[in-house]
Amino acid sequence: MDFTVALAQIKPKLGCLDDNMALAEAAIEKGIAAGADLVVFPELALTGYFLKDLVPEVALSLDSPQIQRLKKLSERISIAIGFVEVSSDFRFFNSAVYLEAGEIRHVHRKVYLPTYGLFDEQRYMARGERFRAFDTRFGRVGMLICEDMWHLSAPYILAMDGAMTLICLSSSPGRGVSESEGLGSAAAWQKLTSTSAMFLNCRVFYCNRVGYEDGINFWGGSEAISPSGEVTDRGALLEEDFVLAKVDGGALRRERIFSPMMRDENLAITVKELKRIDKEKDC
Amino acid sequence: MAGLTVNTNLLRRILVGFVRDEVHKVGVKKGVLGLSGGIDSALVAYIAAEALGPENLYAYCMPYRTSNPESEAHARLVAESLGINFKVIEITPMIDAYFDLVPDADNMRRGNKMARERMTILYDHSAAVGGLVLGTSNKTELLLGYGTLHGDMASALNPIGDIYKSQVWELSEAMGVPHEVIEKKPSADLWAGQTDEQELGFTYREADQLLYRMVDQRMSREELIAAGFDAQFIDNVARKVQGSHFKRRLPIIAKVSNRTIDRDFRYARDWGK
Repeated sequence: MDFTVALAQIKPKLGCLDDNMALAEAAIEKGIAAGADLVVFPELALTGYFLKDLVPEVALSLDSPQIQRLKKLSERISIAIGFVEVSSDFRFFNSAVYLEAGEIRHVHRKVYLPTYGLFDEQRYMARGERFRAFDTRFGRVGMLICEDMWHLSAPYILAMDGAMTLICLSSSPGRGVSESEGLGSAAAWQKLTSTSAMFLNCRVFYCNRVGYEDGINFWGGSEAISPSGEVTDRGALLEEDFVLAKVDGGALRRERIFSPMMRDENLAITVKELKRIDKEKDC
Repeated sequence: MAGLTVNTNLLRRILVGFVRDEVHKVGVKKGVLGLSGGIDSALVAYIAAEALGPENLYAYCMPYRTSNPESEAHARLVAESLGINFKVIEITPMIDAYFDLVPDADNMRRGNKMARERMTILYDHSAAVGGLVLGTSNKTELLLGYGTLHGDMASALNPIGDIYKSQVWELSEAMGVPHEVIEKKPSADLWAGQTDEQELGFTYREADQLLYRMVDQRMSREELIAAGFDAQFIDNVARKVQGSHFKRRLPIIAKVSNRTIDRDFRYARDWGK
C-alpha cells in the first residue's frame, strides 16, 4: 500500500503545553490538507525538551483533554507524537503515543533515558520497560524515542516483533561542528537510521525538532528512509519544516525479496545465546 | 590546526540562529554590545547584525584616556561596515573620579574597574533601547579566566563562548570582519603596548591546541605529554582553568531548605519560552 507520511519538524516552546498543542493541531490540519495519511512529531513535541523540574507540571495522563483532542483528530489522519506521560501511580515517562481511527493504538515509554554529557533524563523521568510492535493500517509498526535507537537491541526487538516500519521521535541536540560538511550529531544519526533500515529491512521515519533551548540547538533534518537504507526525503537543517514523503509500499516487498535477512534471522539462536550470556553474567 | 578547524558556514548558521532565536523568544528585537575595536566583539557584531538586522544592533565604544586611539577607529570601522547604531561613551570621568579616592590601586584593579564600568553602561543602554546585552568572551578566555567577573564576562547571551580564539579568527575571516581587526595582536587595551599573549605567557594558538585536547577530547596529562606538550605548560594552563572556575559559575548558596535555587530547584532559563 502506498501512503504519505508527514514529518512535522516543529519548534516547541519549553513548558508551554497550550502553545505546543496549537502547533501540533496546526501541523495535523496541514497534513490532512496535504493528503498525508500519517503525521509524525518529534520527541516531547507537546512540552519541549530540557524540562528539568517542569516535568510534573507538563505531564498528561492518557485520558487528559489534550490526548482526547488528538484522538478525535486521528479519525482523519494517523498521529505519532511525543509528550510527558503521567501514570496513575505518579511516575513520569518520556512517551510517544500512536493514535489512529480515533483510538490509542500504542504507547511507547522511552526505555533508554540518557544521563551523560548534556543529558539528564533519568533524573526527572521513569524508565519504560518494553519494546512492542503494534498493528496499524500501514502494517506492523514499532516506535522508538531518540536514545532508544542507539541501542541495537531496541529496533531489533521491534523488527523481530514484526515491525516493518520504525518510527523514531527525536529531540537531538546539534553538536560537533568540525571541518566536515554536516554536524557531528547529524552525521551520526544519518548513519544510524540508514543502517538500521538496511539491517532490519524496515522503513524508518525519523522526526527531529528544531529551535534552541538555553543555547542548545536542535538540528532537524527529519527523514524518511526506504527499507534499503536510502533516504527518500529529508527536512531542512536547523529550520522548521514539514516533510511530505510518499512511501512506495512495494519497496518493502521488493527489498524483502532481494535481501531476506529478516526471514533468515534466527530468533532461537539469538535467544539461546542471550540467555547463556545472561546466566554467565550472574555467576 | 587539527580538530580546531571548523566548517564556518555551519557555525555561522548555528550562531546567527542562536542570537535570533534567544533574543526574539524573550519578546525583544534588539541587541546591545560593547565594541572594543578587537576581534571578539567585532565578530559578535557581525553575527548579531545578521541575526537581528543592523538597525536593531546598538554598539558602544567606551574608551579610557589611556586606550589606544586605533581601538576606537577599528570599532568605528566595524560599525560603519555593518551599518549598526554606534556611539562613543568615554569612561575617563567616572574612572578617574573613583581612582582619585583610591589612588594607590594597581593596574589589575584599574582594569577590572574599567571593565565593570563598561558593563554598567551596557546594562543601562540595554534598558534605554530595550535590547539584550550580548557577550563577547570566547571559549579560550573563559577557560583561562582571562576576563573580569561581572565586567566583560557579564551578558544576557554569548554567541562565541563555545568557540576558541583560533576559531574566532577563522569565522571572522569567513564573515568579512575587516582585516585590520583580524590581524592585530589581541589586547585588553588597558595601557599602550599591552598584549594578551605577553600577559598570559603563551600564544592563543598554543593554548587552543592544548585546551581543545584537554577539555574537548578529555586527554589525560600523560597523553598530552606524549602528544608533545610541555609538562609545565600543561600544568600552568590546567591551574588557570581550575583557578578561574568560580568565574564561570553563579554564586554558591548556603543550603538550608529542601529546594535550593539551582541545586534542587532546576529550570532552564528558557522556561516558558
